[in-house]
Amino acid sequence: MMTRIRKIFRSQKVIPICSMVLGILIIIAIFAPWIAPNDPIAVNLVYKLQPPSWEFPLGTDHLGRCNLSRILYGTRISLGFAMLIFISSLSIGLIIGTFSGYRGGWIDHALMRFCDGILAFPNLILILGLVGIFGPGLKQVILAIMLVQWVYYARMFRGMVLSLKEHNFIAAAKISGSSQWKIIKNHIVPNVLPPLVVMGTLEMGWAIMDISAMSFLGLGVQPPTPEWGAMIHEGKSYIRTNPEIMLYPGLVIMLVIVTFNLLGEALSDRYSIKRRF
Amino acid sequence: MSLLQVKEVTHSYGSRSIFNWKDRSKKVLSDISLSIEEGTCLGLLGKSGAGKSTLGKVILGLERPQNGQILFQGHDIYTADNHIRKKIRRNLQVVFQDSYSSVNPRMTAERIIAEPLENYEKLTVAEQKRTIVELLERVGLSEVDLKKYPHQFSGGQLQRINIARAISLKPKLIVLDESVSSLDMVNQTLILELLRELKEDFGLSYFFITHDIKSAYTISDTLGVLEKGELVELYGSKNQFFTSEHPVVKEMRGSILAEHPRYRSVRTREKHTKSI
Repeated sequence: MMTRIRKIFRSQKVIPICSMVLGILIIIAIFAPWIAPNDPIAVNLVYKLQPPSWEFPLGTDHLGRCNLSRILYGTRISLGFAMLIFISSLSIGLIIGTFSGYRGGWIDHALMRFCDGILAFPNLILILGLVGIFGPGLKQVILAIMLVQWVYYARMFRGMVLSLKEHNFIAAAKISGSSQWKIIKNHIVPNVLPPLVVMGTLEMGWAIMDISAMSFLGLGVQPPTPEWGAMIHEGKSYIRTNPEIMLYPGLVIMLVIVTFNLLGEALSDRYSIKRRF
Repeated sequence: MSLLQVKEVTHSYGSRSIFNWKDRSKKVLSDISLSIEEGTCLGLLGKSGAGKSTLGKVILGLERPQNGQILFQGHDIYTADNHIRKKIRRNLQVVFQDSYSSVNPRMTAERIIAEPLENYEKLTVAEQKRTIVELLERVGLSEVDLKKYPHQFSGGQLQRINIARAISLKPKLIVLDESVSSLDMVNQTLILELLRELKEDFGLSYFFITHDIKSAYTISDTLGVLEKGELVELYGSKNQFFTSEHPVVKEMRGSILAEHPRYRSVRTREKHTKSI
């Protein structure tokens, strides 16, 4: 049994399966208002802590809100903002890392020592500190995660640019009369971006975790907005009587992170080794 | 006036940074002077690590030497005005040894060859495509190769694409940095033949860097020998190489294998190479 499961995870089927799961999650995020059976923030204390029924397929929480609807709506925030963090920190990292690696010299030194400084702190602590400065709220959390996350991309981009710079086609492009900007645009970025986008899928899992963790600590999404981490936070007082309130969002977070990690790993297996250099 | 003049060029590698105050630079070129006439080929022989490729880079304008000048048609390529430098750039092209790393793996042959054309010539799409096809045919490839990626070519074919890119702007001088060294014997001969034809057709000059005496002899008009960053010998005629008594040259000559194994013993080798 275990070997069979392991086989599936290692096979070529991982990419289609994970893409399908992701596709379904994205569809849910977009069409949440049509799919959800109930209003996710409508409080009705008459129905509080209901067991699953036809009206509330996953039961209700301590304020009588439909668990399933809240999870479905929560997809929007968790997935959407994780995507936002991913894209924006990748872009910042790409710009700074490529610039730093290509130019070299004291600019490179200064930028990379700054990155080292940020990397020296544990990720979550730094985000926590930044949120402490900005004040609690979803926007502030997103900003804080972005400000920390780009450093990893910048380091990786810089390293790849440095090794790429040694290739003769960069020298040949210079001799062909291409400007610096054109070399970066045509020769460097197309060669460093694909492997890092693959690595980025791994980071997506972290982004979702970070948002959820901040919400769990009460710093991210403010009630009554539905978000998975915040739902766990709210459900923790009822862990003895109604553990399912925490369980459902926890399972969904796990599903998303596992999906992203498997997808990232499968993609990097497929696309990183076959490259020529 | 010579096409290219290298005047007393000295260069060294090594860096000083915040953590490394002491100057630990290593001299790779010392006091090199040579010149290349229009329409001729200067072969530069030397062992690995002699500084041949560094000299190539210095001539190409990729690495500014610490001392000395590179004059191209009388203009210093490092200090000339921008518009003159742009003109010089277009007349100075290169073909490197490793054909795979000299092309972007994510570009088709068409885009590789188009790069210099896009930068210097303002051609329409159709004109550009026609020029590229002509260039491909000139180097022995055909129109079907336009849309292929580097990994679909063999090393020899890819080197032909590099040559096509180098001649696309009709330059005056091409630096051939070990351009045939990584090819097999048959391809070496074919590429050397192609290079010789192109030289006649376009009136090109070559700066041919190599460690292979035979290919240098085949294509060059004049020969230089570089040893540990110093230009030990410079011959106006390549045949002088075989009569020179300089110890470095003698050592090099001794490394040529005889055509027939019978002559490959150390004693008969000297006798044989003298008779070439």
